[in-house]
Amino acid sequence: MYVATKGGERAIEAAHAWLAEERRGDPAVPELSLAQIREQMALAVNRVMAEGSLFDPDLAALAIKQARGDLIEAIFLIRAYRTTLPRFGASLPIATEDMAITRRVSATFKDIPGGQILGPTFDYTHRLLDFKLAAEGAPVPTAACKPADANPAPHILALLDRDELMEPLEHSDATPPDLTREPLEMPAERALRLQALTRGDEGFVLSMAYSTQRGYGRTHAFVGELRIGRCAVEMDIPELGFSVEIGEVELSECETVNQFTGSKTEPPQFTRGYGLVFGQNERKAISMSLVDRALRWQELGEDDTGAPAQDAEFVLYHCDNIQATGFLEHIKLPHYVDFQSELELIRRLRRDAKAPQQEAAQ
Amino acid sequence: MKDLRDTPLLVVEDLSKRYGARIGCVDVSFDLWPGEVLGIVGESGSGKSTLLSCLAGQLAPDTGRVLYQGHDTLEMGEPQRRTLARTDWAFVHQNPRDGLRMGVSAGGNVGERLMAVGARNYGAIREAATDWLGRVEIDATRIDDRPRQFSGGMQQRLQIARNLVTAPKLVFMDEPTGGLDVSVQARLLDLLRGLVRDMGLSVILVTHDLAVARLLADRLMVMQGGHVIEQGLTDQVLDDPQAPYTQLLVSSVLQV
Amino acid sequence: MSDQAYNFAYLDEATKRMIRRAILKGLAVPGYQVPFASREMPMPYGWGTGGVQVTAACLTPEDTLKVIDQGADDTTNAVSIRTFFERTAGVATTTQTAQASVIQTRHRIPEEPLRAGQILVYQVPIPEPLRFLEPRESETRKMHALEEYGLMHVKLYEDIARHGEISTAYAYPVRVEGRYVMDPSPIPKFDNPKLGNCPAIQLFGAGREQRIYALPPYCDVVSLDFEDHPFTPSKADHDCDLCGCATSYLDEVITDDQGGRMFVCSDTDFCETRRDAGHRGRLSPEETA
Repeated sequence: MYVATKGGERAIEAAHAWLAEERRGDPAVPELSLAQIREQMALAVNRVMAEGSLFDPDLAALAIKQARGDLIEAIFLIRAYRTTLPRFGASLPIATEDMAITRRVSATFKDIPGGQILGPTFDYTHRLLDFKLAAEGAPVPTAACKPADANPAPHILALLDRDELMEPLEHSDATPPDLTREPLEMPAERALRLQALTRGDEGFVLSMAYSTQRGYGRTHAFVGELRIGRCAVEMDIPELGFSVEIGEVELSECETVNQFTGSKTEPPQFTRGYGLVFGQNERKAISMSLVDRALRWQELGEDDTGAPAQDAEFVLYHCDNIQATGFLEHIKLPHYVDFQSELELIRRLRRDAKAPQQEAAQ
Repeated sequence: MKDLRDTPLLVVEDLSKRYGARIGCVDVSFDLWPGEVLGIVGESGSGKSTLLSCLAGQLAPDTGRVLYQGHDTLEMGEPQRRTLARTDWAFVHQNPRDGLRMGVSAGGNVGERLMAVGARNYGAIREAATDWLGRVEIDATRIDDRPRQFSGGMQQRLQIARNLVTAPKLVFMDEPTGGLDVSVQARLLDLLRGLVRDMGLSVILVTHDLAVARLLADRLMVMQGGHVIEQGLTDQVLDDPQAPYTQLLVSSVLQV
Repeated sequence: MSDQAYNFAYLDEATKRMIRRAILKGLAVPGYQVPFASREMPMPYGWGTGGVQVTAACLTPEDTLKVIDQGADDTTNAVSIRTFFERTAGVATTTQTAQASVIQTRHRIPEEPLRAGQILVYQVPIPEPLRFLEPRESETRKMHALEEYGLMHVKLYEDIARHGEISTAYAYPVRVEGRYVMDPSPIPKFDNPKLGNCPAIQLFGAGREQRIYALPPYCDVVSLDFEDHPFTPSKADHDCDLCGCATSYLDEVITDDQGGRMFVCSDTDFCETRRDAGHRGRLSPEETA
């Protein structure tokens, strides 16, 4: 029962006990192990790591288990844990051109140096429920595999860059701002926007990206390259005087080739959008690159068409699902003090409005 | 064939528009002749903007008729009305942003009406746009710039060029000098007067500014509370106002 | 072998009838976008659900189906859709344009001229040619109804003013039978001249946007332009490096990271047919016979 005046503490304890019971479900069904979640719900784990901003598949699996599969709740758990961790330093920038690739596709060229690699994808599967999966104990599927390609797989946009067909990248050695250490302030530069987008809600970023495709801030995007794989993380160790590899992360990176700018005197060049996300999470990486590109309208001299995806304040202040869900759900908290004052006000206003009518009727 | 100059361009009969219990305009009737400029003056809320919207087909009146060259514009279908709106008619908004495409170059803005009625020669469209920019005193080198790079006065002149490029017969103007500084206003009025005279335009001009009315209008209609309370030749109405409200309006505002 | 768990060509007969009605209406009013109650399909929106529904509504057991994507039969999405119909309709499939009675395509019109009796089904992502000038559907429908296409030419005017030419390279808008402005789907403008006066039926299906439109045979299709900046179909300024064809649409293939490129016909069936007939290009392997 929703009673907050007395016995609140007991109510909360009981509710949490009930939650724990429901989390476990029918005890006749074996309990999920973290390893099962990590291995067999890997894409859920990836999403929790990406939006939780912490690369740790085991912790993400734990969060999913604890959250009963509610991914936003799991992301919340990871964020809350992450914020308690001591920070020893920052890694060197990751070299995605050296990625150990598991999937790589380009929509702009039929064939590319290093090859198109479909990898483990849902693409081209027919979305028909496979009832065979309902039966347990099926033989372990195996896929034929080929030794890793020794040929380099350069970034496709770098190849277009050689021909000066891409807008030049701005190189900077400045330390980028850190969204987790400083408040988000407007106007937000691109590095900050990208940080907000990579941890932004997948559904929100997806819908923003989709709206640009449908004409609300259109950017004519082609997927120049989407690559997924593992990258080494290196860190400078001051005591050693050189950098050492401290681990590996799986990343999805998307670079889009977009509509060009230019004029009769200034040769046109394609523009770019960028997405980089933890784990195999290409929907998010592609969405991010489209929204990134849409948000760059000002620096590229485009028009503000009033599209939501062009409005950096709108996008950045609303893309974080932990902020959003917290504020949204807070309206179920008791508000009876405020409501009481509204009640009194509306009763008085109604009385005042009715009085002249009653007088007139007499 | 009867000379069109012998018949009114626009005949308005008993036009009324109410918003629920509130009055927009009531029983307005008048004729507008080719080449004539009719000023509609009054304070805000007098019904002059409602009347203009009804005349231009942007708002459906409750009762009455609006005959343009003998055709009832309220009875005609939307396709014909829209065709009229992009050929014979033009509408100059108070705020140029409402009448311009802010993301399209000055040349594109002027050329749009030409293209809408079938112009398909880029060079000719550009030539017409250049000519019109000149006529509204905008430097031809600005043809590829977007209106947002223009000053308020330039934007308003561009809006006028965009409207007049297809040589319309009837122009509706809603406070065309409204948002501008006095010196910019004077230049625009001068320009408008020249264009109206040279092109023989018929104009329905809504303004609260009697000085603007005096400079541009041949005839005036004074509105109060949705009713036309006085009409006549401009000089006659302003120099010898009959209705007490007009007398008040003229004495308190008019300082020409 | 068809999968017995599903009706012929996946959709139930009532749905197919509904789609056929939309197709007939589209053929009767060329270029007009007919709304239809698009169904959820077992592939994602944007991957050809509109084309697949139109194909499903057109197929008979006697048909021979060809599916291409980017002009090629072997591209992943084409393979996927062809397999889908092999499985759910059990119809014969082919890669040869001349052999096919129904051809589903994404982004190309085959090089070989189509003939009477064939149906070409296009997959359409955004059916509305005015969409990028006016995002609101309620407004664009009105613009079509009232033939208010001035804005479309303003866009082309702006292109020329800015770049010196019309900078639309694909999904180049056309006017059909002097009435509706139509998006030909994202085919390269190179293919636009093949749209008009075509003996085959051309059907366009947009699943996500729930629209079907059509070009009946021998219909008049004009690419929008200006008299003094006429429409020009264009392609890479090369011959095919495999079959030597100088007039086909070419794909650019990056061969190394040193700027190496080759150009090959995007229509794989066309290229193979030419090679089988003995045509050779710059990079053809030496004859070993």
